[in-house]
Amino acid sequence: MIWPVAFAELRPIFDWLYDMVSSTGLPEPWLSVVIYTGLGAMMFGVLAVLALYLVWWERKISAHIQQRFGPMRHGWHGWYQTIMDAIKLLQKEHVDVATRDKFVFFWAPVMCFVAAFLAYVTIPFGEGLIVADLNIGVLYIMAVTTFTIISLLMAGWGSNNKYALLGGMRSAAQVVSYEVPMVASILVVVVFAGSLSMVDIVRAQDGMFYNWFIFRLPFGPIAFLTYIVAATAEANRTPFDIPEAEQELVAGFNIEYSGMKFAMFFLAEFVNMFTVSAIAVTLFLGGWNGVFLPSWFWFLLKTFAVVLLLMLFRWTYPRLRVDQLMEFAWKFLVPLTFANLILGAWMKYAGWYW
Amino acid sequence: MTGYLAVLIFLLVGTGIVLFTFFLSRLIRPFNTYPEKSINYECAEDPIGTSWFQFNNRFYIFALIFVIFDVEVIFLFPWAVAYGQLGLYALVEMVIFILILFFGLYYAWKKGVLKWV
Repeated sequence: MIWPVAFAELRPIFDWLYDMVSSTGLPEPWLSVVIYTGLGAMMFGVLAVLALYLVWWERKISAHIQQRFGPMRHGWHGWYQTIMDAIKLLQKEHVDVATRDKFVFFWAPVMCFVAAFLAYVTIPFGEGLIVADLNIGVLYIMAVTTFTIISLLMAGWGSNNKYALLGGMRSAAQVVSYEVPMVASILVVVVFAGSLSMVDIVRAQDGMFYNWFIFRLPFGPIAFLTYIVAATAEANRTPFDIPEAEQELVAGFNIEYSGMKFAMFFLAEFVNMFTVSAIAVTLFLGGWNGVFLPSWFWFLLKTFAVVLLLMLFRWTYPRLRVDQLMEFAWKFLVPLTFANLILGAWMKYAGWYW
Repeated sequence: MTGYLAVLIFLLVGTGIVLFTFFLSRLIRPFNTYPEKSINYECAEDPIGTSWFQFNNRFYIFALIFVIFDVEVIFLFPWAVAYGQLGLYALVEMVIFILILFFGLYYAWKKGVLKWV
């Protein structure tokens, strides 16, 4: 069967690039530095384009759910609307509050984006398409993405604004609460895969779709659902978006930010959404495994399906109240996920799985 | 260890690119500030006092409970990786460990700490 060029495996392109760079005869540590720098720049480009198109996609979906058209003016169905928005944000004046904490205020958006960006070191986009297969992959991603909380707290504190401080505090309390059930539902997968490396976890799900962990684990669907709920809260998205609840906190932690600084928070939010979907796909939905089509295509297809799910959540559910939110995390999700973990471990010991 | 070199380089590249976009926007954006513009936003009213004041200490309590559970999770990670070779003994140990912490959660629950007032 002949596929168009775009559908071929991407690995040979990267191998060819690697040969090009290594044939220059650089000594070893510097060769790695050059290669990783190139990959980092490439990943930034990919993520920027991805985030722009996720914004466009979200606007179209929200519009169609609310029986509007959404962006229509720029190109076919407004396909370059968000690119124009990005260029506009680049030209915007930064209105900085006079009473801000300068250091904290400046570094918060940088840290927010970098925390989201660092997770992409070890996300497997396809067979062999991973920047570095860290042996503590899952733990690393959990640790790094959690730095987002600190940046949101920094933004809330540095703005010297009551809404921003309240948004930052709420965000920290919420993300911190949903971190526990999220990690507990991930641990079920780690128990069965016996490894923290993202590549090993995908390899443990080789084969047809019934080998995916969502179907193979004793309570796989429950683990997947609790993960998705916790991940939605982690990414600060509706129904868990009280940190930036427009009607009560105006915009939450990013209220005093403008121009590129605001754009970084916005970019990080959508990059985070893609990250949690990519983790869900890697851990529960078989990662790059699939038939006929190349591996990266399957990975992106599944990830965009999960992203679509998160977007539908956002535009169809009402926002939770803050006390409901916290009680749901601590009184329902935490006991449920830990019970799931213990039951899963017991079934692994008893051999009640395939 | 080259994998961790990638982490370091991604950290530097990410920070560098963000700072570069800030620099780029500095070149083309207007600078037109006056004192009224840089007042804190408080729904168009003059802000009352500073915002660095006391806040609800629920946030602190939840953070405290989180720290305990996060330490537990850190202990669970190596357990989960090695579980395949450890067998029943590890399972019982970990159930006891989790139950002790859940007793703490139950206590906090009964004390009404988990209630957001």
